Amino acid sequence: MPEKQDEHIVIVGAGTAGCTAAGQLAREGYRISLIEKESKPGGKVNNWYQLFPDRRKSEEVLKYLLGEIDNPLINISLNTDIDSIIKEKKKFLVTTTHGELLPADAILLATGFDLFNPERKEEYGYGIYDDVITSVELEDKFHSGAILTSKGVPPKRVGIVHCVGSRDEKVGNFHCSKVCCVTAVKQAIEIREMLPGTEVFCFYMDMRMFGPYYEELYREAQEKWGVNFIRGKVSEASENIEGRLLIKVEDTLAGRPLKMQVDLLVLMIGIENSLSGKRIAEDLDLKIGINGFFSVLDNHYGNNLSNMEGVFFAGTCTAAMNITDTISHARAAVVEIDSYLKSQKKEVEV
Amino acid sequence: MKNFGFSSIKPRVIDYDKNNRTVLDYIMEHEPSFALCIGCGGCAATCSAARFTDMSLRKINILLKRGENDEVRRLINKCMLCGKCTLVCPRGVNTRNVIFLTQQAFKKLDNYAV
Ligand code: SF4
Ligand code: SF4
Ligand code: SF4
Repeated sequence: MPEKQDEHIVIVGAGTAGCTAAGQLAREGYRISLIEKESKPGGKVNNWYQLFPDRRKSEEVLKYLLGEIDNPLINISLNTDIDSIIKEKKKFLVTTTHGELLPADAILLATGFDLFNPERKEEYGYGIYDDVITSVELEDKFHSGAILTSKGVPPKRVGIVHCVGSRDEKVGNFHCSKVCCVTAVKQAIEIREMLPGTEVFCFYMDMRMFGPYYEELYREAQEKWGVNFIRGKVSEASENIEGRLLIKVEDTLAGRPLKMQVDLLVLMIGIENSLSGKRIAEDLDLKIGINGFFSVLDNHYGNNLSNMEGVFFAGTCTAAMNITDTISHARAAVVEIDSYLKSQKKEVEV
Repeated sequence: MKNFGFSSIKPRVIDYDKNNRTVLDYIMEHEPSFALCIGCGGCAATCSAARFTDMSLRKINILLKRGENDEVRRLINKCMLCGKCTLVCPRGVNTRNVIFLTQQAFKKLDNYAV
């Protein structure tokens, strides 16, 4: 066991990044206050039924994260947000929305992301047509064990729209959300598995299968599950007289417009920096990048560092990341925080 | 019928629900590797026939999947079945067989003389 440290660290966000970093820092002997605005830890992992690329149950990763924070040195506050963070010399004073005052030697922001609100892309009819749903709502359907349309029947054909709220200047998001292409492929497979008679079509601009085993999953979707892929950005969805959704897209590989009816349209909503994260950025004068996420000090070797000494980043508050990369990023943040606090101690001793 | 010199303009929209995909079904049944095409165009780039005609196997593949068979019929006869396309395909699609099966399907299902 490493010796007990005097320093206290406040971590904002008990999702994948926050739990990972909290666990590792506590093992180094640091005292941690973990602040979470939701009623339970685990963050967005709670949204998933199965994870890509191996379709393991999300509960397994959740269990790992909860195991990480099961440590007497970690004090977690749920349903709690940050009211203010004030820096005085080298120390911080964090006030929570419950009025707690937490002095801290370092702050780790693991505030994660918010999901894009698809009502902002009115042309897809989310909130207007009952059978236009989000990728998160589809995970809920998987959880419930039944994929049904608003009419209470299984869909005969499902359309999946990539890049909803990402790579789209019209909503002010230039960035690629990175994880939605592989999510689409995973969900397409799951639909075909649960409803073998249902056709599934993915409408994509580019297939961005960046991670290990993603391209393989894409192949599997085509070869084993018969998922169809059409390159083109869906321009609009509307309901016809029979109550089916009619979508319009250019089949860019055929060089011709295409129309098709579907019973369920699933929107692959992108990710944006969280509102709570942005509020903290304003409070502390932290830089925001053109993608809206926290701007890191160096894109290559300082991507856990902020423009303020003592404030660190972990996970998707800096950029879109999958769970694997988020865990790695959080572990790297631990190394940065540890060496920062040790260097502070030396300064005092000298 | 009298020809008044008018003709109707065929809409360019691919109407997926109206199209007939029995040719596609025939290909998929006999050459499952066809599912793996990603429309990269490697086949069309190497194709000798494509150098002198508007033949594009990449396009044929897409049109077959949508059930746009008329256009496929027009294009597919330009293939010389040399098989170069099969050598370059990064997804291992047996393209030569796809062409062969397409021609066969037209004959069989459509009674179309190739
Ligand atoms: S990962 Fe795919 S769906 Fe998501 S934003 Fe990037 S290209 Fe679009
Ligand atoms: S087999 Fe046909 S399509 Fe393939 S390269 Fe030869 S001519 Fe082109
Ligand atoms: S080379 Fe293969 S994957 Fe690429 S378009 Fe041709 S058949 Fe499809």
